Amino acid sequence: MQRITIDPITRLEGHGKIEIFLNEQGNVTNTYFQIPELRGFERFCVGRPVEEMPLLTNRICGVCPEAHHMAAAKAADAVYKVEVPRTGKMLRELLYSAFYATDHTTHFYALGGPDFIMGPDAPVAERNILGVIHKVGLEIGGKVIQMRKFGHTVVEMIGGRKVHPCTSIPGGLTKGITEEQRKEIEQMGRWAIEFAQFSLQAFNDIVLGNKTYVDLILGDIYTHKTYYMGMVDEKNKVNFYDGKVRVVGPDGKEYVKYEPKDYAAHIAEHVEPWTYLKFPYLKNVGWKGFVDGPESGVYMATPLSRLNASDGMATPLAQAEYEKFYSTLGGKPVHQRLAIHWARLIELLYAAERWVELATDPEITSPNFHAIPTAVPSEGVGIVEAPRGTLTHHYWTDERGVVTKVNLIVGTTNNYAPITMSIKKAAENLIKKGNVNEGLLNMVEMAFRAYDPCFGCATHSLPGRMPLEITIHDAQGNPINNLKQFCD
Amino acid sequence: MSKPKFAMYWAASCGGCEIAVLNIHEKILDVDAAFEVVFWPVAMDAKYKDVEAMADGEITLCLFNGGMRNDENEHIAHLLRKKSKIMVAFGSCACEGCIPGLANFSPIKEIIDTAFTTITTDNPENIRPQSSFTMPEGIITIPTLNPVLKTLGQTVDVDYFMPGCPPESHQIEAVVGLVIAALNGKAELPPKGATIGAGTTTVCDDCPRKRNLKTIKEFGRIQLMKADPELCLLEQGIPCNGPATRNGCNARCPSAGAQCIGCYGPAEGVVDYGARLISAFASVIDSNKPDEIDKILDGLVDPAGQFYRFNLAGSLLRSSKYAQKG
Amino acid sequence: MTEESKPFEPVIIGFTCNWCSYRAADMAGTARMKYAPNIRLIRLMCSGRLDPTFVFKAFAGGADAVLISGCHPGDCHYVEQNYKAMRRFHLLKRVLVQMGIEPGRLKLLWASAAEGAIFAAEINKFTEEVRALGPLNWAQPGEQVSTPIMEEVTA
Repeated sequence: MQRITIDPITRLEGHGKIEIFLNEQGNVTNTYFQIPELRGFERFCVGRPVEEMPLLTNRICGVCPEAHHMAAAKAADAVYKVEVPRTGKMLRELLYSAFYATDHTTHFYALGGPDFIMGPDAPVAERNILGVIHKVGLEIGGKVIQMRKFGHTVVEMIGGRKVHPCTSIPGGLTKGITEEQRKEIEQMGRWAIEFAQFSLQAFNDIVLGNKTYVDLILGDIYTHKTYYMGMVDEKNKVNFYDGKVRVVGPDGKEYVKYEPKDYAAHIAEHVEPWTYLKFPYLKNVGWKGFVDGPESGVYMATPLSRLNASDGMATPLAQAEYEKFYSTLGGKPVHQRLAIHWARLIELLYAAERWVELATDPEITSPNFHAIPTAVPSEGVGIVEAPRGTLTHHYWTDERGVVTKVNLIVGTTNNYAPITMSIKKAAENLIKKGNVNEGLLNMVEMAFRAYDPCFGCATHSLPGRMPLEITIHDAQGNPINNLKQFCD
Repeated sequence: MSKPKFAMYWAASCGGCEIAVLNIHEKILDVDAAFEVVFWPVAMDAKYKDVEAMADGEITLCLFNGGMRNDENEHIAHLLRKKSKIMVAFGSCACEGCIPGLANFSPIKEIIDTAFTTITTDNPENIRPQSSFTMPEGIITIPTLNPVLKTLGQTVDVDYFMPGCPPESHQIEAVVGLVIAALNGKAELPPKGATIGAGTTTVCDDCPRKRNLKTIKEFGRIQLMKADPELCLLEQGIPCNGPATRNGCNARCPSAGAQCIGCYGPAEGVVDYGARLISAFASVIDSNKPDEIDKILDGLVDPAGQFYRFNLAGSLLRSSKYAQKG
Repeated sequence: MTEESKPFEPVIIGFTCNWCSYRAADMAGTARMKYAPNIRLIRLMCSGRLDPTFVFKAFAGGADAVLISGCHPGDCHYVEQNYKAMRRFHLLKRVLVQMGIEPGRLKLLWASAAEGAIFAAEINKFTEEVRALGPLNWAQPGEQVSTPIMEEVTA
């Protein structure tokens, strides 16, 4: 039995480890993707006042605290059965849209994009943000920094801080925005729309214009036919902040659409003893292992999933891109994992359009952004779409609103089984008869990175190069081959 | 001449400190110009064994964020300490434990049990993760969780402490600028053990709200009242940790209408953060009768959490007795 | 007697105020009133000087119980500061309970300079109450506080 260990994975929030096992013929028998971390939010949030949950759960993730902040705020609203005034909801969604635009930008340009824009065959030294700049233009680096600046400025204006926002409370927010701030937010939003269009054009020219890349996207190695999950509004259009959760099957037809409060009837989490993270799956389909198909409860929750699970985008420019997306890739649903990168850019455009829509609503500057709860607090569920997947917060409290129990199902967690399967499929298809080469390293990396693991932010240093060290041992455990990529 | 080497590492943290560093925007290019980044797992490709291969003290500046939740975190803390000249406890997690430190209220077994018995967890055999597990193909391992979360300073010798959850980007810019200047002989680094990138007084000093004599007859909940946006929050009965929290953040949260939750850690000279808050809150209760005092205190529904929210692991007691029993 | 059969001797730290309770302790001493030697007295100018930090330091450092003692309400030498001690005591107790320290380990006692006998009797009573609670055994830094729960398992 030969064994390949990849440790640690980088560009994942926290740490991760991959083990690949080969049989005597040198073919892959199994792979394990292990998560070595557990901090215990579900336990230590017990005993805390529920209004602190949007502040405490921020610290689950410093890259997407906005997602946890919103899910927690909505769960706390539900605990108090309080209806947030329209202005309050809009302010939260406006903050969230600006955050989405920033987050998707960072991932595309600094992490996932280089694979596409430069291509998997490109020299190692070019497959990063610097290579992108050379290929697309010097100004792109400046634009990416500008987009991040604008996004974080909006977050701070509405959320009080750039990292770990603090203004959502049960019933709404602690502050609103002035007309001056609104003008600035609108201006930044219009710039973001242009930037999103620029990004989609770049993708169109560089990736879609290149047959090799298109073949790569459509290829079988990165294809899995699973269920797809995403939040939709009442017209079944993608919405990041509010709505119902919709799941479609591998055939694209709606399997279920549930209200946040009913999530536990549809989702369960499978346990393995070799990792601290659990594997969510569709309860009523059942856990059949790490396999594809309509009989397996495995589901994916990513930008691609959201597009698959919806009937379209709620804003015009993004809707046009949505239609082009599906007509190019042969209809709905799209199963090719590398298409997630494209779907992410379409969401970037939608986020920017929604940003401007909300910033130009006449009630956005109204002082009516908070309703004082009157009901006795008890229990509530809040769900939003985090950039990496559907995020569920469920709290129980006593009659004072002190938390007594917590259940969280977090964005990337939804994809734990799909990522594992993608790694295995790539490894199986590429490692034959014990032959491991540089190509493998690239391809396994691409399978993993398409899901946009929770953290993928890099700037000056060399993003787009995940370090991989592969050591192959013989049956006695002696290392016989050692391959490294970017481990200099 | 080769550039001084720079490393940044995350232990049990959330990534917010990394984002705060990136939010210095164009200034990141100054960092790139002044340093050679040799180890930053979130951003580039160096591995643990590359650090192991370095000489002691070869890394000039190491920004270490995150607390010690498991044996891998501790191992890397010791490794980086050995290989670094200047080790900075970067951010609240490394300085005082931060939010993950709240786990120190409970035994580690409960932490794990809770995660593996939630209402959606399908675990009929009541499995818990094992640090070493034999699968048909071979033995695979994951780190062991420590019974109690520790700070960086409780684990290795720390040169500087940079508080905040996360440290504010303008503070990071200032500190990075200072280090670059010091390396060029144009400035002096503060004495070892100093807290950098923050003020020496409290959030109250930076807070724009009006303050009067505090006489609290009742502690309230921010969502259940319409707070006066100009008046001190604590004065209105909303529990605000400003009085004992170090300044440096420009009092962002009270400026935005939310109470200070204490993410910048203890003010200068404070030995135990929670103790100071107990003193401050108790002093402003407007009653001398035990029964009345108790009734007023009932309004603080989670005093230990309120006073040790970011600081439990770094406090004098460090953890509850329940956590110590295991 | 072997180590195991010796009765547990609580370590108690007592914070007394200069004008009343410390003098009460003094009075008990000069009048040769016996009281349990388990308490170690620390003199503050006023019970209002009691910083909760002292209490945490005492427990973290190995004390099994802490006593705070000052002038009777209304008689504080500095007029009102013993009320601060009272309020801090009430809040401290709640925090200690959340930390797993039994409320019986923190006591507030008013004692005037003339109440030597009362002071001695209260100390004796407190010592027995703490003895019944048992040692606190607060984990010291560097101690492995419990055995790791992760074990090797074969499938």
